[in-house]
Amino acid sequence: MIDQYIYPEFEVVRNQSRCISCRVCERQCANEVHRYDTDLGVMLSDESKCVNCQRCVSLCPTHALKIVKSDCRLRENANWSDQTIKEIYKQANSGGVLLSSMGNPKPLPVYWDKILINASQVTNPPIDPLREPMETKVFLGKKPDKILRRANGELITQLPPQIELSMPVMFSAMSYGSISYNAHASLARAATELGICYNTGEGGLHEDFYCYGENTIVQVASGRFGVHKNYLEVAAAVEIKMGQGAKPGIGGHLPGAKIVGDVSRTRMIPEGTDAISPAPHHDIYSIEDLRQLVYSLKEATDYKKPVIVKVAAVHNIAAIASGIARSGADIIAIDGFRGGTGAAPTRIRDNVGIPIELALASVDQRLRDEGIRNNVSLVVGGSVRSAADVVKAVALGADAVYVATAALLALGCHLCRTCHSGKCNWGIATQRPDLVKRLNPDIGSQRLVNLMNAWRHEIKELMGGMGINSIESLRGNRLMLRGVGLTAKELEILGISHAGE
Amino acid sequence: MKRVYVNEQWCLGCHLCEYNCAFANSGLTDMVKALKDKPIYPRVHIEQSGDITYAVSCRHCKDPLCVKSCIAGAINKQDGIVKIDKNKCVGCLTCVLVCPYGAVRPGPTGVAQKCELCLENSCGEPACVKGCPNNAIVYEER
Repeated sequence: MIDQYIYPEFEVVRNQSRCISCRVCERQCANEVHRYDTDLGVMLSDESKCVNCQRCVSLCPTHALKIVKSDCRLRENANWSDQTIKEIYKQANSGGVLLSSMGNPKPLPVYWDKILINASQVTNPPIDPLREPMETKVFLGKKPDKILRRANGELITQLPPQIELSMPVMFSAMSYGSISYNAHASLARAATELGICYNTGEGGLHEDFYCYGENTIVQVASGRFGVHKNYLEVAAAVEIKMGQGAKPGIGGHLPGAKIVGDVSRTRMIPEGTDAISPAPHHDIYSIEDLRQLVYSLKEATDYKKPVIVKVAAVHNIAAIASGIARSGADIIAIDGFRGGTGAAPTRIRDNVGIPIELALASVDQRLRDEGIRNNVSLVVGGSVRSAADVVKAVALGADAVYVATAALLALGCHLCRTCHSGKCNWGIATQRPDLVKRLNPDIGSQRLVNLMNAWRHEIKELMGGMGINSIESLRGNRLMLRGVGLTAKELEILGISHAGE
Repeated sequence: MKRVYVNEQWCLGCHLCEYNCAFANSGLTDMVKALKDKPIYPRVHIEQSGDITYAVSCRHCKDPLCVKSCIAGAINKQDGIVKIDKNKCVGCLTCVLVCPYGAVRPGPTGVAQKCELCLENSCGEPACVKGCPNNAIVYEER
């Protein structure tokens, strides 16, 4: 059987009058799109292999290259789009599940963009962050409900364990295996310099990164890869991963081909074996079971570290979060449906889960209504793209946000969404040594630090405009938000008024 | 003295340094005009064996063999930088022969040329360092 031919998605456009045949494009393309023809003396390209990662475009010294979307299209049909038909062809060719990477690219509503932020005028003064102190520090963990005193009147100042962050942003979970050693090194070094945390993901912690432990959140997921005593003890906090926004309800599968050398040792599984994370934790089928794992981890770490429970944003998220808040967890992390991934079945990524904005608003409200908001801190992720999104998330009730896609973009990712190929030309989502070395952590960590410092400035400017000088006074302050173009029901769930009200 | 150093660990073997070098020393302001359809004569070269690559350029040795060997007295050391006087060079290429790093090579006109740290061309700082996409080539005091 011959496969149904599918016309390449992209065209490589080379301006021959600018091309100096230096062959940088050829050397830098792991997909082997470019080649030099010695007979013709020109560079040629095979666009069927191009994934539009823009590595060649970025490195071409004379800017002779551009990648454009191919305009060879099937007959137009509003119901059967070009992509839908080609996906049918691919499945008829292969008989397989379609795989995708990174976040949901569908044109579903982005509520961040329909929420506007307030500013002070006349009746209360804005604050200039360049002239006046502005606090962006946050503490994550259980907070006391009331002030307690000893019999002699002294204040009881002992708090349950907390994570201290210099700003309400953390790098979210990406496992060693799904991303490279150098990507992990960049995240770890940047988090340490910034005074925030990064997250190991479920692949264990490479022995070289134990020195960044104070800024590391270690994950315990359904596969329990790389979990041992030192792993738990070195971290700032332990996260139980119940689900991921990009693929709620399913597990993970890192092919045996990627379980080599250090990845195998760090995950504590033999080389060449598939790393399969089951969909459920096989010991967790209820909140009571979850409580057992939460307390097992607390016991193992001497009650010195907060325990985070990470779940995907799904339909009953408010009830689920309420259960988690009663399970003994210190922090709930919620991952929205636009969150990234190194590989997920396309249908799941594009159709399962709910927007993080709605999940956050309903969870925060539910926990307040039940009087248990102080039991937990709330961390949200799933496409927080800018400082404005951070401010909106905090005003909707988040204590901090998780960013990963934005962090990868800072490291060079061009969102070509082919992480699952393992041939990342930017040295991020790959284990091929010649590609991994393309990400120099000196550059990577500096770019992450730059990005977060820029966001910190912007957060201060936005807060200052509202006349607020501390993240603490912004949290859950939904009066600072207004919706535009939203229905009454959407506004009700978000707990905000429409612009003009 | 600041020198050009190469961190082999980060060299991608992309050869951009060679093209940036040739452009910086071309005296032209347009890279396409300077390099298109012409042989290039860079003063930095990528050495490659299997997966290992690194750039090599003049080390500006403490006691340079090229200076000692030059029959025309065209090579001398000024402020720590080994320089070739194009007008004096007779093109005997003894310096090419004696350089232990292969850092001296004949240029387009037959006279020898080598890295002079871009201090006197349009770049003003080593072009290989400025254009390296992975900080594999650095210009620093060690």
